[in-house]
Amino acid sequence: MHIDRRSFLQLSALAGGGLALDLYYSPLAWPQRPGAPPDLTPQAFIHIAPDGIVTIMARASETGQGMRNMLPMLIAEELDVDWADVRVQQADLDEKKFGRQFSGGSANTPMGWEPMRRVGAAGRQLLITAAAQTWGVPVAECTTQPGRVIQAASDRVPHGTTAGVLPVASSRVLHKASGRSAGYGELAAKAASLPAPALSSVTLKDPKDYRIIGHSQRGVDTHGIVTGKPLFGVDVKLPGMLYASIEKAPVFAGKVKTANVDQIKTLPGVRHVLVNDGGITPAAYTPWEPGMEPGIAIVADTWWQAQTARKQLKVEWDLGPAAAQTSELFATRAAALLQAPPATTVRKYGDVDAALKSSAKVVEATYEYPFIAHTTMEPQGCTAHWKDGKLEMWTTSTLPEDGRGLVAKTLGIQESDITTHMMRGGGSFGRRLQNDYAVEAAWIAKQIDAPVKLLWSREDDIAHDPFRPGGTVGFKAGIDAGGKLTAWRHHLVTFGDEKHSTSGGGIGADTYPSGFAPAYALYTSAQPLMLRTGAMRAPGDNAYCWVAQSFLDETAHAAGRDPLEFQLELLSNEKAPWKSDGKDAVGDHEPTGASVLIPERFKGVLELVAEKSGWAKRPKEPGRGMGIAAWFCHLGYFAEVADVSVDASNKVTVHHVWAAGDVGSQIINPQAAESMGFGGVIDGMSEMAQEITLSEGRVVQSNFHNHPILRMRQVPPIEVYWRKTDYAPTGLGEPTLPPILPAVTNAIFAATGKRVRTLPLQKSGFSWA
Amino acid sequence: MALKLKVNNVESTVDCSPDTPLLWVLRDVLNYTGTKYGCGMGLCGACTVHLDGKAVRSCLTRVSSVEGKTITTIEGLSPDGMHPVQVAWEALDVPQCGYCQAGQIMSAAALLAHTPHPTDAEIDTAMSGNLCRCGTFPRIRQAIHEAAEATAGSK
Repeated sequence: MHIDRRSFLQLSALAGGGLALDLYYSPLAWPQRPGAPPDLTPQAFIHIAPDGIVTIMARASETGQGMRNMLPMLIAEELDVDWADVRVQQADLDEKKFGRQFSGGSANTPMGWEPMRRVGAAGRQLLITAAAQTWGVPVAECTTQPGRVIQAASDRVPHGTTAGVLPVASSRVLHKASGRSAGYGELAAKAASLPAPALSSVTLKDPKDYRIIGHSQRGVDTHGIVTGKPLFGVDVKLPGMLYASIEKAPVFAGKVKTANVDQIKTLPGVRHVLVNDGGITPAAYTPWEPGMEPGIAIVADTWWQAQTARKQLKVEWDLGPAAAQTSELFATRAAALLQAPPATTVRKYGDVDAALKSSAKVVEATYEYPFIAHTTMEPQGCTAHWKDGKLEMWTTSTLPEDGRGLVAKTLGIQESDITTHMMRGGGSFGRRLQNDYAVEAAWIAKQIDAPVKLLWSREDDIAHDPFRPGGTVGFKAGIDAGGKLTAWRHHLVTFGDEKHSTSGGGIGADTYPSGFAPAYALYTSAQPLMLRTGAMRAPGDNAYCWVAQSFLDETAHAAGRDPLEFQLELLSNEKAPWKSDGKDAVGDHEPTGASVLIPERFKGVLELVAEKSGWAKRPKEPGRGMGIAAWFCHLGYFAEVADVSVDASNKVTVHHVWAAGDVGSQIINPQAAESMGFGGVIDGMSEMAQEITLSEGRVVQSNFHNHPILRMRQVPPIEVYWRKTDYAPTGLGEPTLPPILPAVTNAIFAATGKRVRTLPLQKSGFSWA
Repeated sequence: MALKLKVNNVESTVDCSPDTPLLWVLRDVLNYTGTKYGCGMGLCGACTVHLDGKAVRSCLTRVSSVEGKTITTIEGLSPDGMHPVQVAWEALDVPQCGYCQAGQIMSAAALLAHTPHPTDAEIDTAMSGNLCRCGTFPRIRQAIHEAAEATAGSK
């Protein structure tokens, strides 16, 4: 008996339209969006085979955060099946059927927690109804029992395989009064034919009965990864497929004037050489997904042949206005803007200038942080096939709905003529939210008569990254005679025009310590930037946490106070009320616009990390110190402590890191959650030695030797602790990262008395040991 | 030109330019896509394979230089995915995105082949050529120790 999933499909109209970027910044804002989200059905997500093996569709893209586990685990729990009987299958892009298929903003947990469990519970309800109808008994008298499996000799059975596993009794529906029971597999066909119950009507389990949620479940792709199976975007192989590489201008949006195209066409393996005029006009403000960058695509029998031919290219470029950009120019302009009156007031309450004047002490400092690149281990790329007026794509995008829309718009085709397969991506960190590589692959595919796999080289990947924009921040803080904070003045010099900040360069009015400082002003000014920028893991927060938590530490020291005690006192201030207009906050407000930073939770993680790290009794000796920092972003609270030593030549060793997080009532997949904690800390440390600079408009850095990531010997032992609170669970992709940067630089200060106010570390005279 | 290669105990003849990096022959000609491209400069280790049992970066290895040698990729490390390193990796659920892990595993397996009980310092030295953007290093370290113990226990 084969059950056709498509026959289950029940749809209500999706009125909301495509996914907009604001969802990234405000993942819980959906209820506010026009129209209703699609009605999700258990039939869309759950497929039960006659033998009781349950296939659950994973709707979100997977780039390493464990979404292929987490969301299906929620369904499986409420479906009441044994996880060993579950097979996870990646869904193609179909938001009408699956809801949001988006991995960003740490949003999948808060977006999926309720609906995915309800989908599972509705599936269970259908199976119970099917059994009750078959037996002619009341639904209320039936219950379910998860399946049992017997494992063969080896207990190391890879998840997702059946080798060695004998399902002896799949999950069953029971009717105790009559002693009848039936396996889910036996009931599946009938269950599938029943109308799905309204998701709001189903009953969810008491968390104390969880058998899957809260229990570590190994990654569904882990066995495939350790045995080298073709799981990733870059591994796609189609019959007759060609390979493409694109030479782009060394300067953003530079156009091709002339090139030796005819000569390149004669080189070994080369099939096509295509000149792309692109679709970008450089301007002071570069929007999200600005369009195709111009370039020359070389399509060959193998990628290496395309790359080899590319080296023979002789191109005369029209570099355009972006060629005048240099890092020195940015620094000069930023310094001038910092001295001038700010252009924009993001938030202001109290009389900051008066409060500073009357303070016993005023602390003033300027912080700078650089542009950095994503450098996902898998460089960008995409496979596309244009055939009979339809396009099929295999993409690693984490925002594929946007990708499909962009491709349709750029190529002048209908979205309904595009099929999008979602491949595992080798890391994203925000990079794959943009779809430039997919548009390029589609553009090539539409002009040739074969499937094509586009792959960027590492050098392409760095030069054409949507960078985390750099910034310069001027701070002033006042302290009264009792050592308490009186005022906080924050002036961010970012990039953009009069109306917009460049992508990833905006700042929210609720940026901590907004609301807690007795008087507060947050201003911005912007200088032009003709460069693609975007979201880098914990966008905004990865920089704003560093500057704010560093300057707070600096202020505490100036007040002669312990930084932890100083911050706990600040968090005890009555919060100044604020309502967002829904546009400016970075993911941390409710649909109503109210900031959700709950001071007790912020304090809670600080107190927990202080306890675990022995903060109160930390040793104080020359050359060694501990630093503490905390942050709230993407609905999660993290505090981190770093134990650091600095040697005579200013080489920095991080000996130990403690992290404490509060992401609500439930850690869904504990081992994977701990891995996200490790990853955030290590990734944040990597960022501290990275920078992207521009010379004559050209990106200077090109590969891992000059845009490094941390190596094994530099990675400290890391302990991750959870503070469980009564709030709904939220995500871990981003909030683990921001506090480590100021924790380390505050520790460097404790060790040396030197304040790191410029990143990367080497610009402040330090480097990793 | 035609070159004879022995990969994962299978001999085959490939036709390509002799200066093609082994990586691209493995991936695009022989379909061993488990070996990954990360940097093309020997900086990241994602392309690590075994050449006569030693860990090498296939992105910098000319295919013409490996004729007659024994090449092992992640697909050939064990017939069933049960090499002690793979087993430990799976038990500890080491991967996050997973892209660098084939290279990490090949480096770890080569380390354990000649240093059955590596210290943390020896692990640092052997593994510092393999980058991981996700930060799986703490689990990698633990997995190497577990694989070492499992290997010792089975002897």
